[in-house]
Amino acid sequence: MAEPTPSLAPARPPTGPRVWNNPRARAIIYQVLVLGGVIGAAAYLIDNTLTNLAERSIRSGFSFIWHEAGFAISEALIDYQPNHSYVRAFIAGLLNTLKVGLLGIVLVTILGIIIGIARLSTNWLVARLASVYVETFRNVPLLLQLYLWYSLLTEMLPGGRDALSLFTAFYLNKSGLMYPVPVYDGIHPFMIVAFLIGCVGAYAWGRYATRRHEATGVPTPRFWPSVGFVLGLPLVVWLIGGAPTAIDVPQMERFRFVGGWHVSIEFIALLLGLVVYTGAFVAETVRAGILSVSRGQTEAALSLGLRRGLVLRLVLLPQALRVIMPPLTSQYLNLMKNSSLAVAIGYPDLVAVANTTLNQTGQAIEAIAVIMAVYLTISLAISGFMNWYNKRVALVER
Amino acid sequence: MINLAERRAASGPVIQMAGVNKWYGEFHVLKNINLEVRSGERVVVCGPSGSGKSTMIRCINRLEEHQKGRIVVDGIELIADLKQIDAVRREIGMVFQHFNLFPHMTVLENLTLAPMWVRNTPRKEAEDAAMAYLERVKIPEQAHKFPGQLSGGQQQRVAIARSLCMKPKIMLFDEPTSALDPEMIKEVLDVMIELAQGGMTMICVTHEMGFARTVADSMVFMDGGEIVEKAPPTEFFKNPKSERTKLFLSQILH
Ligand SMILES: Nc1ncnc2c1ncn2[C@@H]1O[C@H](COP(=O)(O)OP(=O)(O)OP(=O)(O)O)[C@@H](O)[C@H]1O
Ligand SMILES: [Mg+2]
Repeated sequence: MAEPTPSLAPARPPTGPRVWNNPRARAIIYQVLVLGGVIGAAAYLIDNTLTNLAERSIRSGFSFIWHEAGFAISEALIDYQPNHSYVRAFIAGLLNTLKVGLLGIVLVTILGIIIGIARLSTNWLVARLASVYVETFRNVPLLLQLYLWYSLLTEMLPGGRDALSLFTAFYLNKSGLMYPVPVYDGIHPFMIVAFLIGCVGAYAWGRYATRRHEATGVPTPRFWPSVGFVLGLPLVVWLIGGAPTAIDVPQMERFRFVGGWHVSIEFIALLLGLVVYTGAFVAETVRAGILSVSRGQTEAALSLGLRRGLVLRLVLLPQALRVIMPPLTSQYLNLMKNSSLAVAIGYPDLVAVANTTLNQTGQAIEAIAVIMAVYLTISLAISGFMNWYNKRVALVER
Repeated sequence: MINLAERRAASGPVIQMAGVNKWYGEFHVLKNINLEVRSGERVVVCGPSGSGKSTMIRCINRLEEHQKGRIVVDGIELIADLKQIDAVRREIGMVFQHFNLFPHMTVLENLTLAPMWVRNTPRKEAEDAAMAYLERVKIPEQAHKFPGQLSGGQQQRVAIARSLCMKPKIMLFDEPTSALDPEMIKEVLDVMIELAQGGMTMICVTHEMGFARTVADSMVFMDGGEIVEKAPPTEFFKNPKSERTKLFLSQILH
């Protein structure tokens, strides 16, 4: 049955809007064009490069990494000799990069927090000193600072036997820092396991403390029990293992030091330079984060009767951290990437190793590809972690 | 030795300020303040901007420190002793012009924070109490939202409920409605009127003279760091004694 048709004005012929006027279709068209352009350009470049390399009979491809490297690396965390392969050299370099980068991140966090808080101090002298530090080191190029530290250390420090000594256990001279380590004992691996278990235990304790507080109302201590788990457990294992106390202390022999462990002066200069430079930026980040929490928050919390420590922990820090985290991430990334300046003062990091490789093999593209891939991976890992953390603590706004 | 309860009963006024003076550097911000507030009394403080109203009530819970004179709250003198100061703060709730809710916590968490960490109340109990106060300020449905998602009026009512959760003996208000749009002022004042009718001891800095007429037992007028006049509202509005009060009232009522 036909429904009675409502009397409308006759419709225009259904041509509809044109495809390229539809915003969604337009967006897709643009994206396809851009993607096509990028792929085309990349294909052209790669093809061009390969042809050129072939013409000049330069080898390409990654097969070279299995060949003998033939150069020495002055310090490595793994066993590396010149007759080992390039890939092993790369790994040694990468570990050196990670060593200076991760230690740098830890130290820069501590330094940045201290200086950032010091700048806010009501003590005039402390605040002035902190700002002088920040303004000085933030505004001098890092490369210059690295040269400065390196020449300062190599010029000022005594050489060889005249090393500065601390407790006759630590020695510092032109070639680096010698420090004592415990002599390896069968119990040490168990202590590491105990430490890891302790970390899990501390985490579990934290959750238990929260639950107990919520259920009974009694605030349950967290700090000291956690310390007990993390440090106490390895200590107990150590005691059970007979408390071995043998320590390998560096000692002066006729011409050089033997025993203990050693970090090079290049490593110290690089670490110092990176930490002092990046620390100035981190300090500013921390200061801005603390200042971003209004005075009213403290006042409201205090007027509720919360003690100062709790105000800091429950009200101020969680809010300041939200502001601090994103710029802190980029400072961590900066430190990691800037560690590639190591090559300037002769610390054998990944870039230095890749540089030597490049010079020996002529395979510049591959060597640079390795560097880029590694730094990209490290950077993505750091920012991925920080983004995850940020999302977890993001503020809900209207 | 007399115990604390007896001393409190004997001491009469729940807040006593005697000869209180305060300076910011050279600037004499509070000049010889004498004020007594009985239990259950509702005091409204008014005066021109910069006259020291905020500073005075903030001295009562030691957000500001006075330099001369004595302040005794509920039998506890405010001296440089953190224990004593915390004890006083537990008895006093404070509501601020800009709400000062904790933006990283839900409304319910804002309300249960202090009871759980200061009064050691179990979470369940603290939440039940918090919900009851949210009912009283008429926004129980907002419990799981964050402060940033609420209107100004709702935020201020949450702030009042947050203070009430600590079961304070005294409530201080520092211009609680002056950051609000006109249509939200009433919802906050209604909550405050209800609180006043429930017998809460209140000191309220406000220029809402309608509210003052409804609830105040006494009006305090401050100017230049001094208490110029303290009188019951009828007297205060009909025939103020001081010329300065007259001038102020003529400006604010017209
Ligand atoms: N931290 C401070 N340092 C120096 N001076 C201050 C400080 N805080 C307040 N003052 C001054 O003290 C005086 C009283 O301030 P207060 O905030 O108590 O005034 P108020 O009566 O509350 O004014 P308003 O109605 O504007 O809130 C003002 O002149 C102010 O400039
Ligand atoms: Mg004020």
